[in-house]
Amino acid sequence: MTGPGGDGAAEAIDPDVDLHVPGQRAERQGPVLAAIAVGGALGASARYGASLLWPAAGPGAFPWTTFWTNVIGCALIGVLMVLISEGGRTPPHPLVRPFAGVGVLGGFTTFSTYAVDFSRLLDAGEAERALAYAGLTVVAALGAVWAGAAVTRLAAGLPARGGPRRRA
Amino acid sequence: MNWMIVVVGAVVGAPLRYLTDRAVQARHDSVFPWGTFAVNAGACLVLGVLTGAVLAGAASERLSLLLGPGLCGALSTYSTFSYETLRLYERGWRFLAAANVAASVLAGLGAVTLGSQVARQLFA
Repeated sequence: MTGPGGDGAAEAIDPDVDLHVPGQRAERQGPVLAAIAVGGALGASARYGASLLWPAAGPGAFPWTTFWTNVIGCALIGVLMVLISEGGRTPPHPLVRPFAGVGVLGGFTTFSTYAVDFSRLLDAGEAERALAYAGLTVVAALGAVWAGAAVTRLAAGLPARGGPRRRA
Repeated sequence: MNWMIVVVGAVVGAPLRYLTDRAVQARHDSVFPWGTFAVNAGACLVLGVLTGAVLAGAASERLSLLLGPGLCGALSTYSTFSYETLRLYERGWRFLAAANVAASVLAGLGAVTLGSQVARQLFA
């Protein structure tokens, strides 16, 4: 990899899989898959429960429940990933990330419902609301993951990572 | 009962996302998160087909729960997508971060539309 990351050990962009780490290529899959399955069931149950508690007002209504599910899940992954990958001294248990990150938060948030919500709003003749929903979700989700990571770094006294790190 | 159906879908969907991600990441050496892109686009296609099938009256409520909030909900992810975008941005790959957002959103919306149209043709 000729990545411009520059600070020694190349960190993967993909938080779940870094096949450049030899240990992850030969990882024992059984416990990892089980942790992901259990976490995924919990996350999906919470998302499904939220959709029952706060159902959409109608086919043309703004899908606030999906919106907040995704925004909250993104804020939490920002917190989680800083804690387990930048926290430092003692590495977390190897099943924390599969369970909480890949499983719970991956199962809680959803990209497919987001896309179908957009298409449903279009079908209902709400083109402006569809575009607002698509754009607002992206902005809020990215803002949430950034804020979650920034607040956690601040609280844990870790260096901020906002600046450009790319070297020519 | 409905809740159990969603859980069954999610128990399959979440590990399937991880395994697909691994399989895709093993086949390229760029920093672009193709694995997450692929699972999200794939889940959108399946959910689009399901939506079209429901509109055509060809999918039961149980199947909808199994494949919708269960399988596709757990197969796709917004949290990993946004975290990977943040990582690309913080490491200086700003163009790739923007490209990831644009490509993921456009592919997701396109896959839903395609799947839904195909299902409406098939089950009409």
